Amino acid sequence: MDEGLKSELQKQGVFTTTLESLYNWGRLNSVWPLQFGLACCAIEMIATTMARYDLARFGAEVFRPSPRQADLMIVAGTVTKKMAPQVVRLYNQMGEPKYVIAMGACAISGGPFKQGYNVLKGIDRYIPVDVHIPGCPPRPEALIHAFMTLQQKISDQRLTGAQRPRHLNADAQSEFPVPKFGEHDLEPASNADVWSAPAFVR
Amino acid sequence: METLEQIKARIEVAIPGASATIIPNDSPSAQRSLLVDCGHGLAVAKFLRDDAELKLDYCSNATGVDWPEAELTEKFKVKQVVDGVEKEVEELKKTLRPGYLEAVYHLYSMAKKHGPVIIRLRTENRTDKNHLPSLTPVWRGCEFQEREIFDLYGIVFDGHPDLRRILMWDGFKDFPMRRDYVEPDDYEYEPTPHDDVLLKSKQHGEQESKV
Repeated sequence: MDEGLKSELQKQGVFTTTLESLYNWGRLNSVWPLQFGLACCAIEMIATTMARYDLARFGAEVFRPSPRQADLMIVAGTVTKKMAPQVVRLYNQMGEPKYVIAMGACAISGGPFKQGYNVLKGIDRYIPVDVHIPGCPPRPEALIHAFMTLQQKISDQRLTGAQRPRHLNADAQSEFPVPKFGEHDLEPASNADVWSAPAFVR
Repeated sequence: METLEQIKARIEVAIPGASATIIPNDSPSAQRSLLVDCGHGLAVAKFLRDDAELKLDYCSNATGVDWPEAELTEKFKVKQVVDGVEKEVEELKKTLRPGYLEAVYHLYSMAKKHGPVIIRLRTENRTDKNHLPSLTPVWRGCEFQEREIFDLYGIVFDGHPDLRRILMWDGFKDFPMRRDYVEPDDYEYEPTPHDDVLLKSKQHGEQESKV
């Protein structure tokens, strides 16, 4: 709809919108995160929900203890290789539409434990991540910024066409293979559909 | 508290057949430890806990050490007659030290407010003779720490109530804290590689170019 006509109509007391923006507006203001923390980043996530930073202003105060009722997974902390299958399984159990914020250095890349033997080098090896936040741990403002970025992403989603989100596309994959405990490492070490190693430049 | 020499002497008197060796420490802390033969490990531990003088009732820490096979070189001076003149000549002596694994226990006394006394138990080798007596029956707090040593170093503790891996999963085959552990090649781009990471990135790069 023409923007000029829209504002002209508004002056006359007629409010117009599109179904798409109404639908997305409703969605983006009630994103319920999964109540689940893995390490010190979880403490910052808790602080974000409390009175001082107040994530409730964005409609995300309801942390659900069940993946069936959650829309957003905040991977807050170090994902060990022993924990990674459970994280993927929780993600699979969430109903569409579902989003992931990888919070902190460990969740995005392994962080200070990157060269170790027991920490997964980023949860984006197994599940698609919508927003990455660096920091060790990121401040609550950073999590709020990530949350606002996610809201922007949701509001930009088209309901039809090839670019439509996963939950409106019956053919799209919504479950991701859970890695198995191997003899030396997780098997497979990453999901090739969602992640590939950055090119070696030197 | 008694000196380590006194403790060693009393152990050898109290437990027939037991032998203890004092391991020197050249580092600034100079914290010496007592190597106990593993056949009498449990008896020595009970003695240290129950002895009226020592009363080492608290094991604050148990950890492992991996000593791979190594060639040791020792320098020593030999007097030699060179061209009719007596001179001091340095000679190198090379010895092959077999590999072994160690469990180290740091003991304190809550009752007597003293410590630490550090005891070590040593396995015969790193492959098949890797059994040690568990000290969990003596100090209950060792349970998880011995599980961790089992997990990361592969020392099997006989007499442990629940010996399973604790950090890695049950199907895991390697021992990650051993010096010869080869980690899976999941190297990723590093903006500023240095030292070991640089080496790893080069090796990875070579493999990539082969493929």
